[in-house]
Parts: sequence; structure tokens; C-alpha cells
Amino acid sequence: MIALRDVGKTFTLHTQGGVSIRALEGVSLRVSPGECVALTGPSGAGKSTLMRMIWGNYRLDEGEITVAGVALHRARPREIVALRRDRMGHVSQFLRVVPRVPARDVVAEPLRALGCDIGEARDRAEAMLARLNLPRRLWDLSPTTFSGGEQQRVNIARGLVHPFPVLLLDEPTASLDGANREGVMGLIDEARRRGAAILGIFHDEGARARVCTREVALHLPRGLTA
Amino acid sequence: MNAPDPVVAGEGPLLQVEGLTRTYGPRIGCADVSFELWPGEVLGIVGESGSGKTTLLRCLAGHLEPDLGHIRLAMRDGRMADVLALSEPERRLLSRTDGAFVHQTPRAGLRLGVSAGGNVGERLMAVGARHYGQIRGAALDWMARVEIAGDRIDDRPSAFSGGMQQRLQIARNLVTAPRLVFMDEPTGGLDVSVQARLLDLLRGLVRDLRLSVVIVTHDLAVVRLLADRLMVMQGGHVVEAGLTDQVLDDPRHPYTQLLVASVLHV
Repeated sequence: MIALRDVGKTFTLHTQGGVSIRALEGVSLRVSPGECVALTGPSGAGKSTLMRMIWGNYRLDEGEITVAGVALHRARPREIVALRRDRMGHVSQFLRVVPRVPARDVVAEPLRALGCDIGEARDRAEAMLARLNLPRRLWDLSPTTFSGGEQQRVNIARGLVHPFPVLLLDEPTASLDGANREGVMGLIDEARRRGAAILGIFHDEGARARVCTREVALHLPRGLTA
Repeated sequence: MNAPDPVVAGEGPLLQVEGLTRTYGPRIGCADVSFELWPGEVLGIVGESGSGKTTLLRCLAGHLEPDLGHIRLAMRDGRMADVLALSEPERRLLSRTDGAFVHQTPRAGLRLGVSAGGNVGERLMAVGARHYGQIRGAALDWMARVEIAGDRIDDRPSAFSGGMQQRLQIARNLVTAPRLVFMDEPTGGLDVSVQARLLDLLRGLVRDLRLSVVIVTHDLAVVRLLADRLMVMQGGHVVEAGLTDQVLDDPRHPYTQLLVASVLHV
């Protein structure tokens, strides 16, 4: 479902004297349906960079990435838009939403984009928010005013509300406490059992041991030391 | 006459632009701009004042004559027509039925002396609607869609707030079900909270009506929330283009890097 071959990444910062930063080197990996793979490695090894290259918001200049049949190294922007709409879900650490849109509609949006009618989309969004223990009084409010843990649950609800065959999870349990963490891990496990191919960054070792079937370690690019 | 390529409706690009150039004497407005727009796609164009983004938009919308280049539009029968080769009456009809232009200042896109309902209905009459009850019904329907209370239908837009005027302008433009919408800084002169509401409204309309939109703005937050793809212009040239979040999160051109790095985060 996710296949990477010899992926590398160099950033050139023109606003800072044209300095080049080598962020990733020679990464190859595969994630099959029903697997949940954790990216590990020291800070600076490029875990987040790699996730962003698979999501497509970082350019792919070196190597090849194929996700759910789409070759990102050749894909046109609208093919990536379509991939994100119907095959690849993403839970990032940041919540980017139009201010003033209620949490319920933020979560329902991926379903609306897939053509689901508004009633059904809202029902499914509410069921997801309820499962993640987001208090009902918050559903009508914009998540821009929520706490970190509440925003994260909205993000998770939005990423998991549709059964995407591919899921990218960037620290999905980072700002959650016990019961809420358990709820999120339960959802991730369910997604894997239904056959999703999942790739994630989990700093929390307990969560990693609980939901991941395998780990892939990234190393610092040559010439760099922590 | 041009020989249009037959294509299957809905399966090809709606708009094909090739080598579009417009100069003002020795000064470059926009130079050698090429892109395709597919049905349902939103294309953002960003750049500073003087970058050529408005010149480009006005050429696309038929308000300005380009010096060089081609603009091809998929007609309703699926054929691609060379817009610049059409006769003046054909172009005028096309811009009334298939195109819409949302101006930055609602005053430029509305008739302030005519009622809100009249502003929306007028566009329908321009494409041949004659039945008063149906026109009024369509105006009411569109006012509801842009969240303007129906009891304001006989009020003049001069009595509306800036945000309401802008929503009315959008209703006036979309009532004829255009396939292609051009927007020039549509959230430009509005308060931040009003902007948010308009952005949400525009997102919903784009999704539900599968509109194809070219939107010019200097506000990177607006394109991030609205546009699928982005073109960055500087000095009349497109210096970078691609998926919106890719251009904003991993900018490659020095000018784009500067533009992104200059945004204040709150």
C-alpha cells in the first residue's frame, strides 16, 4: 500500500544564504494492508520529513514513493488531491481549519468531500467524537478555542472518520491522558484489523508496543551527528 | 476558424491557458503564463502588488486583451473553443452564461441602486429568464444559500454590511450556474471574523456545486484553506506552481521562500 524506494531529501534555504540541509537519505520501506509500522530514530533523522513527503506537502525530488497505486514522483497535483480525498487519511499534530466552523463539521468534512450527504456525514462525525470522549457541549464550537488534547481528538476523528486504506499518523497520542489515549489506540487497532496500511510516529513507547506490528528505524544522514 | 479538439465532457480540463502575455508599453503585466484548470479545481494565484496576478486574472476573464497566447475553454458540448478567436457577441454570451467574476469591492460587482433581489435576478434575466415568480424564487434561494435573510430581498445593498454585500455579490455571480468563477481578493476588505464566514461559505459552494475557480489573493492563509493548487507570481512571471500545501510548506523558489517566511503567525 505504501512503498518507498531510495527516498532522500535536501532543503535549500535561499533566505539564509543558500545553505543546504540534508534531511533524509536512502530510505526504502513498505507497509502492507493490516500493518501498523512505527518510524523510529533520533530527533533529526527525518521522521516528520518522511511523513510529509508521503502526504505530499513536501516535494519528492529523490527516490520513489507509491501510495495506493499513485506514484507520487510522477503524480500531478490533482492526482494527489484525489488520493487524499479517497484513499489516504492523515492525522497531523496541527489542526488547520476555517475559524468558526463547529467541530462536528470539521470532522464531517472528509465525508462531505466524498459526496456523503450532510445528515449522514454529521451522524458519523458525532459517533466518532462520542467515541473519543469529546464532551458534547464542544461539538457546536470551533476547535480553534479547544485545549491541545481536545484539538488532537478532533484531528484524530477527522482522520479516521472514513475507512481510508492508508493512514499516516503523526504522534496521535502525544497530548492525551490515560483513558483518551486508550480510546485512540483502540481506534488505530480497529483500523489496522480492517486492513488499513498505517505508518506513524509514536514517541510514546507504550503506545508503540500496543498498536504497532513493526518498527523501521531511520538514521541521521551521513555527515550529521546528533 | 479554429478546429476544436473533440473531448468527452467532464473528462478533460475546463480551461487551458498557453503562453499568455500582456504588456503595458515597455512594462510587463504578465508573461508567458501557462496552466490547466480541471473541473472542480480551485487554483490560487499569489504574489505582491505589481506581480501581474490581477492582469492575468483580467485577461482570463476577458476584461483585458492579451498580446500573445491562447485561452481554450471546454464548451458545454465538450469541445475546446479558442476564446480569443470568438466574435465579440459570442464572448459576451459566454462570459454571461459560463463565467463569473467576484470583485474585491462588492460595490464594483453590485448595482447599489437596485434591490438585493434585483441584483441577483438581473443576472438571470441577462441569460433569458422572464418569469417574475421564478426569478424572485431563485433570488430568494440564493440569498438563503449565502446566508442573507429573505426579508432583506427588497432592500438595497447600500444598506448592507461589507460582509453581506460580498455574499450578495457571490449570489449574483453564481445564480446562473457558471462553470468558471474568477475571484479577485474576495475576502480583501473584510473584518477577520467576516472573512472566516465567507471562506467557509465559499468552500461549501465549491464542493457542492463543483465550481472551478481561479482566485487571486495576497493572503496565503486564504489560499491554504481554499485552493488545491497554487501559482506564485513575481514580476509578471510564474516562479513556482504546484499543490498548495507543497508550495507553502516546501517552497523552492527564493521568492516563494521569502513570501512564506514573511507571514506573521499568531
